[in-house]
Amino acid sequence: MNRINAKFEELKQKNKKALITFITSGDAGYETTEKAVYAMEKAGADIIELGVPFSDPIAEGPVIQAASERSIKGGTTLLGIFEMVKRIRKNTDMPLILMMYLNSIYGFGTEKFFNLCKECGIDGVIVPDMPYEEKDEIQEFADNADVINISMIAPTSHDRIGMIAKDAKGFIYCVSSTGVTGMRSNFATDFDDFMGHIKKCATIPCAIGFGISSPEQAKKMAAYADGVIVGSAIVKIVAEKRENCPDSIYEFVSSLRKAID
Amino acid sequence: MGKIGRFGEFGGQYVPETVMNAVHELEAAYDKYKNDPEFLKELNDMYVNYASRPSLLYYAEKMTKDLGGAKIYLKREDLNHTGAHKINNVIGQLLLAKRMGKKRIIAETGAGQHGVATATVCALMGFECEVYMGVNDMERQALNVYRMELLGAKVTGVASSTGTLKDAINEAMRDWATNIETTFYCIGSVMGPHPYPEMVRDFQKIIGIEAKAQLKQMEHNENILPDCVVACVGGGSNAMGMFYDFIPDKSVRLVGAEAAGKGVDTDLHAATIARGRKGIFHGMKSLFLQNSEGQIDEVFSISAGLDYPGIGPEHAYLHETGRADYVSITDEEAVQAFEYLSKTEGIIPAIESAHAVAAGMKIAPTMGKDQIMIINLSGRGDKDVHQVARYRGVDINE
Repeated sequence: MNRINAKFEELKQKNKKALITFITSGDAGYETTEKAVYAMEKAGADIIELGVPFSDPIAEGPVIQAASERSIKGGTTLLGIFEMVKRIRKNTDMPLILMMYLNSIYGFGTEKFFNLCKECGIDGVIVPDMPYEEKDEIQEFADNADVINISMIAPTSHDRIGMIAKDAKGFIYCVSSTGVTGMRSNFATDFDDFMGHIKKCATIPCAIGFGISSPEQAKKMAAYADGVIVGSAIVKIVAEKRENCPDSIYEFVSSLRKAID
Repeated sequence: MGKIGRFGEFGGQYVPETVMNAVHELEAAYDKYKNDPEFLKELNDMYVNYASRPSLLYYAEKMTKDLGGAKIYLKREDLNHTGAHKINNVIGQLLLAKRMGKKRIIAETGAGQHGVATATVCALMGFECEVYMGVNDMERQALNVYRMELLGAKVTGVASSTGTLKDAINEAMRDWATNIETTFYCIGSVMGPHPYPEMVRDFQKIIGIEAKAQLKQMEHNENILPDCVVACVGGGSNAMGMFYDFIPDKSVRLVGAEAAGKGVDTDLHAATIARGRKGIFHGMKSLFLQNSEGQIDEVFSISAGLDYPGIGPEHAYLHETGRADYVSITDEEAVQAFEYLSKTEGIIPAIESAHAVAAGMKIAPTMGKDQIMIINLSGRGDKDVHQVARYRGVDINE
């Protein structure tokens, strides 16, 4: 069984919500990312999203944009990330997802990319610039490598929700609000309505992401879903503390864990 | 064309889920109005009475004699209101935005011509307008920044990455995803997700339609066609506008001139066809300058309007099928053509259009005197005078 599915099974048994955390790979070096991953696991994260920095991240707000730029300038490459994943995989069995832009797959070589995912132990991909209608670009290759292509649903999806939910695998990434990633003080979305609609159509777990940056927000969002996704707030810690970030990330992720349990 | 929104395998709709319904809404609106007599009447009325169409087809007699080959005509898009072809598309999109009930218009701009055209039509039609522009382009096109502000638009500088056109597009796409319910994204070229490449081409195809009819009239020959038409290509909207009506006329050679910057064998160019490969970016599958891992390359050109690492999907298709030829023109060649046309015909072309002029200057002498070439003069060069002076090392007390 794919590790993502196994993890959600386990959480269901324990009656717990999933805590999914994001970090931009290679920001402050691969070693820092690796240490931060272990810190997040220790602090109670269930699934890790590893961001693959892209030259032109159109779905990201300023925090992750800046992290991508720093990371690329620092020499991060996709091949380097795969090497890092191999090392991480030796030390943990937690689900690892790559969050990335489609050209990092297509421009690199789709078949080669998914072969490497399989070889290194990647369980899923999230590709924000590849909507439902274009998923055939990677679907067959992903299936063959047992990599789940995670589907996103947005507050503007409306009549598309049923179609997307029907084919979704692993979990559904529910985008909290319109716009880009990044911390928000409040959300304009009517979550009863939005999540209610998704839940009605979905047979798999749903996690909410985009803009969740505090334990309070995580707790509030967890009430609507099976999990929460936190990204920019963690990336911001890396921006501030650089190589020394793992301890602070541990503290922060622990506070998120406590809030949603 | 195979699937909807595809030119061969190129095109598509590679955008975040948040904007998918907006893209579909636009597609539906465009399908509804593109053949609607009322819409087309209003479009034509604004072309004629606001943009001052048709633009002239001008016989460049001195240039023809000097080059000693094909008879050269210039399609004078530089004479349109706002000084470039960009307004053709903006009028079309904003008439559509009005029908869709949108209140706010956003746009990206490179050289500033699309931004100025958007700000202009927004002023006329009463839309709120915000234009994204790379900070480096704002510096080299300061005049256009002020023009946009004068027209009531908000110009937002984009400092990320290279601070050029692609970054302005990234930021406009982020704005669109954020303000999706109220905002219409007026894309300035034949790029982005379907329906933009097709829609922008349709709003620009008037260039080729007019040129074809004008040539027949000027040559007093109902059956005459040009042997070659030339246009510059960044994203490729003026070229698609010029080419489109000639595509079925197989005897007409279509030539696109892309920006070679310091040369296609250096790292400093924007020659997507010469050096790019297939990729998926900015909503479309097309050709892009990128590295082996799919990171989009930094590009370079003296021309802010051609300084883009991709090309519209229909151009990628015309290239792949061999229907159009694409040549690369260096900064130096473009500047020489800029000076040549100014001195020979008394017409200062946009530095973008100077790339087409340079390509024409290379090809025309290889053609017979009985043959005809049309060069699309996509814009006027007032905005580029400072830049060219700087390039030539002339201090004009800016």
